[in-house]
Amino acid sequence: MASLKELRARIGSVKSTRKITSAMKMVAAAKLRRAETRAAAARPYADAMRRMLAEVARSVAGEGGQPALLTGTGQDKVHLLVPMSSDRGLAGAFNSNINRTTRNLVLRLQAEGKTVKLLPVGRKTHDFLEREFSDLIIGHRHLAAGKEIPFSAASELGEQISSLLDKGEFDVCTLVYNQFRNVMTQTPTEMQLIPLALPENDNAEQADVASYEFEPDEATLLSSLLPRNLQVQLYATMLETAAGENGARMTAMDNATRNAGKAIDRLTLTYNRTRQTNITNELIEIISGAQAV
Amino acid sequence: MSIKVKIVSPEKVLFAHDADMVVMPGAEGDIAAMPEHAPLMLTLRGGVVDVYEDGAVTHRFFVAGGFADIAPTHCTILADRATGLAELSVDDAEARLAALEKSYEEADKMNVPALDILMGKMQSARAEIDAAQSAVPAMSI
Repeated sequence: MASLKELRARIGSVKSTRKITSAMKMVAAAKLRRAETRAAAARPYADAMRRMLAEVARSVAGEGGQPALLTGTGQDKVHLLVPMSSDRGLAGAFNSNINRTTRNLVLRLQAEGKTVKLLPVGRKTHDFLEREFSDLIIGHRHLAAGKEIPFSAASELGEQISSLLDKGEFDVCTLVYNQFRNVMTQTPTEMQLIPLALPENDNAEQADVASYEFEPDEATLLSSLLPRNLQVQLYATMLETAAGENGARMTAMDNATRNAGKAIDRLTLTYNRTRQTNITNELIEIISGAQAV
Repeated sequence: MSIKVKIVSPEKVLFAHDADMVVMPGAEGDIAAMPEHAPLMLTLRGGVVDVYEDGAVTHRFFVAGGFADIAPTHCTILADRATGLAELSVDDAEARLAALEKSYEEADKMNVPALDILMGKMQSARAEIDAAQSAVPAMSI
């Protein structure tokens, strides 16, 4: 049985833990709201980009000599995986989900006899993969920890991936990230970036309008749209990761706060019982002492 | 008659409003989008986008390259980076131009696509300087 002093110290320490977790929960909630606003603000560009790309790609469909960003290298030997995690921990299973999905994917691809290269984005997944597959990592990037993610972060990453493709360093590029479903759930998702799965042409309302003209010609336009599209997609997933991280942290910290409350209740009960036992013992001692006299 | 004009950068929507005409810097020359314009998609060079309402320029934006989607009823400008003309800074743009010229000197002269990209960026930086300088006197009047 722990002494009263020990119990008091433990209750005090759990109480301060609860203060920290509940503060982290509030901070995460505020950051989540900001991240969601930013993700919503970035959507119109991505939508317009998707429409343009679908339109241009439709008009060049079937022609040969298309850019490698769209069609890939025609091979399926070297896979580049880009897992995207957050920079900071204490966000529940958010980062470990990415790590587990990536590890399974690497092992599966290697079992199929493919070469795998890794370009982790975010400190948490980089730290993990550094321990597991340090020989496969060809580079890494961190997100702006806690700060807002500028578009340049995505465009630099996109340029890096495009130049790796130009050098023939890989055939297929897959992004592993947490898809933001809602505050409670983020699903680890694999998304193939190269070769690009062409977006649906949703210009339904324009179906009867005369077809587009392009300036410069379709092929040139396509080859400048594609790298941009890659960057936009990376940017969207970065924003989604930022929102998901804060959502996951909010949920995790909410649970932690609740658990701390339960632990405090339990400890307080034990403390009171111990105190009562001690008093009873002292009383018995006094009474039996008085009787003996 | 008016067209729905939208100027978006990757980060946010800068401008969304109805206008009579938009003049934008196309890669192969300036282009004005007006109602009933035939559908056209084009790439943009760095330059100034002018939005006209009732025969006068109401809004001016600098775009550092991008794409535009012109249709009979709408005109969407996807800018790589877009700023209101008043918020431009000559010093920033000059510093960027100096850095680009330096990397152009050091670049591999045989790598034509990379040189093209650098040239495009330098053009955009020069256009930004011009735009920033033209904005300053207008502000002081």
